[in-house]
Amino acid sequence: MKERERRCDVAVIGAGVCGCAAARELARTTARVCVLEREDDVCCGTSKANSAIVHAGYDAMPGSLMARLNVEGNALMYELAKKLQFTVKNIGSLVVCTSERGMGGLRELFARGVANGVPDLRIVDRDTLRSMEPNVSPNAIGALWAPTAGIVDPFALNVALAENASTNGVEFAFNAPVTSIERDPGGGFALETPQGRVIARCVVNAAGVYADQVHNMVGGDRLEITPRRGQYMLLDTTAGNHVRHVVFALPTKMGKGVLVAPTTHGNLIVGPTAEDIPDKEGTDTTAAGLAEVAEKCGVAVAGVPLREVVTSFSGLRAHRAEHEFLIGENPSVPGFVDCSAIESPGLTASPAIGRMVADVVRGILGLEDRPAGEFVDERRGIPSMNDLSFGRWGSLCEENPLYGRVICRCCHVTEAQIVDAIHRPVGARTLDGVKRRTGACMGRCQAGFCTPKIMEILSRELPDVSMEGVTKAGPGSELIKGHVKDAIAGEARA
Amino acid sequence: METRTLTCIRCPRGCAVTVTLEDDGAITGVTGNSCMRGDTYARGEVTHPVRVVTTTVPVTGSATEKMISVKTAGDVPKDRVFDVVRALADVTATAPLRIGDVIVHDVAGTGVDVVATKDA
Amino acid sequence: MSDYDVIVIGGGPAGLAAATAARGGGRRSVLVIERDQKLGGILNQCIHNGFGLITFNEELTGPEYAARYERIARDAGVEFVLDTMVLDVSPDRVVTCVSEACGMRRISAGAVVLAMGCRERPRGALNIPGFRPAGIYTAGTAQRLVNIEGLLPGREVVILGSGDIGLIMARRMTLEGAHVACVAELMPYSGGLKRNIVQCLDDFGIPLLLSHTVTRVEGRRRVEAVWIARVDEKGRPVAGTEERYPCDTLLLSVGLLPENELSRAAGVELSRVTRGPVVNESLETSVPGIFACGNVLHVHDLVDYVSEEASAAGAAAGAWADRPVGQRGQGARPGVPVIAEGGVRYTVPQSIDPERMPGRLTVRFRVGGVFEDRRVCVYLDNERVIARRRPILVPGEMEDVTLTREALLGRPGLARVVVTLEGA
Repeated sequence: MKERERRCDVAVIGAGVCGCAAARELARTTARVCVLEREDDVCCGTSKANSAIVHAGYDAMPGSLMARLNVEGNALMYELAKKLQFTVKNIGSLVVCTSERGMGGLRELFARGVANGVPDLRIVDRDTLRSMEPNVSPNAIGALWAPTAGIVDPFALNVALAENASTNGVEFAFNAPVTSIERDPGGGFALETPQGRVIARCVVNAAGVYADQVHNMVGGDRLEITPRRGQYMLLDTTAGNHVRHVVFALPTKMGKGVLVAPTTHGNLIVGPTAEDIPDKEGTDTTAAGLAEVAEKCGVAVAGVPLREVVTSFSGLRAHRAEHEFLIGENPSVPGFVDCSAIESPGLTASPAIGRMVADVVRGILGLEDRPAGEFVDERRGIPSMNDLSFGRWGSLCEENPLYGRVICRCCHVTEAQIVDAIHRPVGARTLDGVKRRTGACMGRCQAGFCTPKIMEILSRELPDVSMEGVTKAGPGSELIKGHVKDAIAGEARA
Repeated sequence: METRTLTCIRCPRGCAVTVTLEDDGAITGVTGNSCMRGDTYARGEVTHPVRVVTTTVPVTGSATEKMISVKTAGDVPKDRVFDVVRALADVTATAPLRIGDVIVHDVAGTGVDVVATKDA
Repeated sequence: MSDYDVIVIGGGPAGLAAATAARGGGRRSVLVIERDQKLGGILNQCIHNGFGLITFNEELTGPEYAARYERIARDAGVEFVLDTMVLDVSPDRVVTCVSEACGMRRISAGAVVLAMGCRERPRGALNIPGFRPAGIYTAGTAQRLVNIEGLLPGREVVILGSGDIGLIMARRMTLEGAHVACVAELMPYSGGLKRNIVQCLDDFGIPLLLSHTVTRVEGRRRVEAVWIARVDEKGRPVAGTEERYPCDTLLLSVGLLPENELSRAAGVELSRVTRGPVVNESLETSVPGIFACGNVLHVHDLVDYVSEEASAAGAAAGAWADRPVGQRGQGARPGVPVIAEGGVRYTVPQSIDPERMPGRLTVRFRVGGVFEDRRVCVYLDNERVIARRRPILVPGEMEDVTLTREALLGRPGLARVVVTLEGA
């Protein structure tokens, strides 16, 4: 479905958390907003592969954008979760110190946090720490306790933002990487994509690790984004209670170090590494990286049950040398707004980043709010069956019997949730799309049992997707190579 | 004289069976087998090896199955295994079917029928 | 009063045999709860032959074996609910389940038999470095796609792990016109049956690379190649031995794990070795009135043994349910421990109450490596009562010894039973 040309007021490049948060905020205005995404779905880059932490905000330097937006984003995240019905858990975080020498660093973090406006920070002693976190390393002598930290389902956050933006009129184009940006004679920008040309008065660059390429298409100061790879291991839900809080080891120059934390799906996550790599698609794991995670997770936490690993993965943070978010109008290119170099704590900050970007765009275009009541600021989430009572699940079955058909047996995801995920605005079209929206395939069998069933549901519900056409994550990732007999029949006829 | 050691496939035990052959191909001894099946298998395997072929064919008109599992009702020569699957490549079965129903008579001229191993 | 005397969770070969035995010739009410739309479990996709030589004295395919047992269970008057997922089993044996047809339900049982089977170890558990593209499947998933859905997962295939399903799929994919480049096995021996190496690999000239593993997966969207390296005696890849195998599919057959989420929720004690419940001579778990059998208890090599074991579990569950409430006792009361030593990895059962054991009790076990020319020995305390010579023992094959009630009862105060391997 190629469109020759579409016109909009704002073109947002990138459907990650920041792009979608900005688009949603802009949907409050009368502007026509279009999100252009290079991949097949939302949440396919940095937003999908990270620590899934709601950081408290003591890491960044006081006075930095990172510090301000982290603390603001932290507070907004918990409010947004109620409105958009995605999962966050305010479990708090501990930065664990294992040497007397390190206690100075811990106090420094505390002071930084206080300066950043992080509420309720406290340094806890060895005994308190041990009672809070029984599996903490025996070498631990104290920790920085940040009760406002938490964990979030990053897929659900991203999807919720996109769905709600779409409900409010934002358009999405997928498989639409921006290949060039020219000044349009009308004063705006002309963006070329394989899905056609987009003419926009204003461009928001939320292209993640590709934000430098997009930025450098329009001139002005050059931007360089270095993909900083983080490798992780995810452990089975049987290990999900190994720690109760997000547990960090004291940070080093290369990042926050390896953390150990529960996830909102009940697993245990350990990671990340921090490796600067040249490849913007370098989301592969390496033997050395995984070994590093396995080794370093023991610094702050004892006895991490690594034999319970169910999967490992890599994510790329969009790092730049200044180690600071780049948000604002490009001084040399009026109308071009960067939302770039969003590395950690970008996920936490995303609700605040969305607001800030929208404010910049409002200023540039002089946008006005839509009439009161026109913007729907709530979204109905997809229920998580394991969180429901017997009675609630039962009454859902009465409303829709497909809530009684369990497709993903590890995580108890039903056919009703999957069908719902497919037919929502910006719905799932791939196996990974279903996975991120429903939590299916995330359990210990890692999609072994449910893949064929989900393929069948996708091909049944989507008229343009055949069973052979079902992909894992968009074109090129087809799950099967045709029907049985194809090869042998060809041979028999030959 | 020649000796050949085979792994018997007639049961999960997988006995190592040694066959002694004269220069003219006559079998003069079979050792290492735990039962008569092993003896029969070994003698057959060195002279005219055979296999049972199991595969599937599509089925129409079944509420429960897309494919029906089938097997050759008896052994076919090992070097005809691919002929059997090629002969089945364009076959579609029609429900209702019961286990043992013949899907293809005398498949690929082997004299052996292909039968359903599943109801549909 | 319970809704059913016995509820069996899972309608695969273990569940069907357990339910039939639990019926006790029609004396007890028995319900099987199955999550799939048909009975037979994984056998429905195991279309190859080789099942039932022990039970039926003929070579059947998986679906045929399942159909026979389904017929036996139906004739015995077992009740079934299909397409129903059990969500919880409580320690007092109330089963919570959900289905499209009936919504959420709670059903109570005099005794419960766990027969949920096992699942395959996924790629993630191996931590193979590289990308995570489409085209990586467990052998069982591929088997389902091919045999049930009629879909071909790939054309150019590498298989990691030489478990039986992997070997079977090497042949199956070949017969469907795919090219299987090799089967790589980390261990210096195969995890599958010897007959499957002959008829699934040798017959088609597919190389089996022992002491090799996949060190890297290439391809961002779909598998494009895998790298395979030789490993040293500790299983570590040897530098410089990596070779690239272009392929579009990687199948994994790297082990099966008993599926014990429900057992865990019920508070059943699990063995770290088998990853299944710890059971006594009656195959009763640590939770009184909850029994286990088949692959949820420990991974079997042959379905015939599953059926045999499950019959015993079903009969014991029935007998337990017969006893009046209050006289059921402690259930799995501490018996004589059965200790695995000298190369024996585990035994099932792990304890025996000589009073309750049948006249002849089969103790099943697996060994932890390849052992040639050994004796399988059983000690009752310090006295060797069995020393059976075995030319070869391999981890892929389940072994067993038979203990008699007479022998155990003849030793009052017996403290331990030891199963071990000794030199011949």
